[in-house]
Amino acid sequence: MSPNPPSPAVDVSGLVKRYGATVAVNGLDLVQQRGTVLALLGPNGAGKTSTVEICEGFRSADAGTVRVLGLDPATDGDRLRPRVGVMPQGGGAYPGVHAAEMLGVVASCAADPHDPAWLLDVLGLTSAARTPYKRLSGGQQQRLSLACALVGRPELVFLDEPTAGMDPQARRLVWDIVRALRADGVTVLLTTHLMDEAEALADHVVIVDGGRVVASGTPRELTAGDPDDQQLRFRARPGLDTRLLTSALPEGLVVREPSPGGYLVQGLIDPQVVSTVTSWCAQQGVLAEEMQVAKRSLEDVFLELTGRELR
Amino acid sequence: MTTGAPVAEAARFAPGTFAPAPGRGRLGRMLLTQARTETLLTLRNGEQLLVTLIIPLALLVALCVMHVVPVPEPRAGSATARVFALAVLSSAFTGQAIALGFDRRYGVLKRLAATALPRWLLVAGRLTAALAVVAVQIVVLSVAAILLGWDVPLSGVPWTLLLLLLGTLSFGALGVLLGGSLRAEIVLALANVVWFLLVMIGGVALGVDSLPSWLATVVNLLPSAALAEGLHSAVVDGTAPGPGPVVVLLVWGAAAAALATRTTRLS
Repeated sequence: MSPNPPSPAVDVSGLVKRYGATVAVNGLDLVQQRGTVLALLGPNGAGKTSTVEICEGFRSADAGTVRVLGLDPATDGDRLRPRVGVMPQGGGAYPGVHAAEMLGVVASCAADPHDPAWLLDVLGLTSAARTPYKRLSGGQQQRLSLACALVGRPELVFLDEPTAGMDPQARRLVWDIVRALRADGVTVLLTTHLMDEAEALADHVVIVDGGRVVASGTPRELTAGDPDDQQLRFRARPGLDTRLLTSALPEGLVVREPSPGGYLVQGLIDPQVVSTVTSWCAQQGVLAEEMQVAKRSLEDVFLELTGRELR
Repeated sequence: MTTGAPVAEAARFAPGTFAPAPGRGRLGRMLLTQARTETLLTLRNGEQLLVTLIIPLALLVALCVMHVVPVPEPRAGSATARVFALAVLSSAFTGQAIALGFDRRYGVLKRLAATALPRWLLVAGRLTAALAVVAVQIVVLSVAAILLGWDVPLSGVPWTLLLLLLGTLSFGALGVLLGGSLRAEIVLALANVVWFLLVMIGGVALGVDSLPSWLATVVNLLPSAALAEGLHSAVVDGTAPGPGPVVVLLVWGAAAAALATRTTRLS
């Protein structure tokens, strides 16, 4: 249809947001292609919600440019909002409204909404349909908020901490919904401080800390790290001579015993290395147990980049 | 039993379930749905019902039957005018302010502002709901007043409706001004204190002419006294209100609305 390739779903560059003397977002750049899932990953206070709320048009930027579906959310909100679904952090509804009524109000704002009753059923809220919002559990409020974000059949959804306060089963459901949205071509931008959530769902992960992007890429790119710096862990009797094992291994590999009986081989781990470790242990008359080649997690990446735990 | 994620996914949602089809709903339907929901929320909230219906009804009966407070003759008509003013004050100002304070606390304004609903419609929806609640109040109170002996002057009905509309708009703007910027608990306290003061010495329960003259001069400039005085002309005498009350209501409403557009926050 259009001769030009479509603009990115979300295009943020040089974004700055201050609250008084506090700099919440400090020169953040981010590009999300349409039909993908992007996770903004970072600890509380990293600037995730400020960034998302600027993209939604709720807050104004102090500097930088923001384009969402090619539109400026600060000035083109009326054209943008019908196309976007929003799940704000902490939800939002009249305190006394029944879950079904609230979804009905939001559905009435859309041209061709999903059937609210169906959506309540999908999100396990049918039994709570006539419960006032303030009496819903935190997880139920979150699910209603997600329903409100989806009911208008949006082409882009912003999910701010979508699984916060949910039990594992509900979390699983949200993950399935995000995957189904992606499969149907919906762009999803979510924020999370859960590594496994970002790893499981996102095509692209943007790690933010102190209002800046500290790393971005696919989960695989981010966790691949240096191929020469892999880890093989195993358990065996404490006090094995690690120098002997090191000398039995190819050059460049180092063996340590960080905790009694817990051994760590660092370097380029290949099948030959695994086999050598197993047979060396056998020669010592011990069994190498719980042997695993460790993959870096996004948590490790975050720790390396910032020197801090994610939570 | 757990199965692999792709299987669960395939079983749960058929392809195309969430295919985008965005767009804004019809304006009339949005307005109606929002206004209906907000009206119902008011009418089934116990505290709101107390302040919008029970207290005005009780005051109507008290003013008509008990001779504690001086009320000019015809007693039922004069009482009706004051109670109509009280009804508007209670729902459009106090009820509106408290509801708005807690709606902001619970994030509903942000929720609605994130939909395709235009901002002006968000305001129009609240206004329509406020008028609907006042309509319910006036119907109930009118029936009670007629039973208590109010002789309805038909020539005053259009003026009564016009004043109720103007009063609802003015007090509604004041309610939004109060409820739209402060914390919910502070709104709750202030809205009740202001309500109490206006009822007692703002020309509602007590007529302005029962107040000391120095106080009466000030009270005459309050919207509560203006509405009660205007309604007295329409409800008792069946005549148009004088320009004074109308101007007072207009000035308060316009000033509050202008200020509220700057101070009202979504959350």
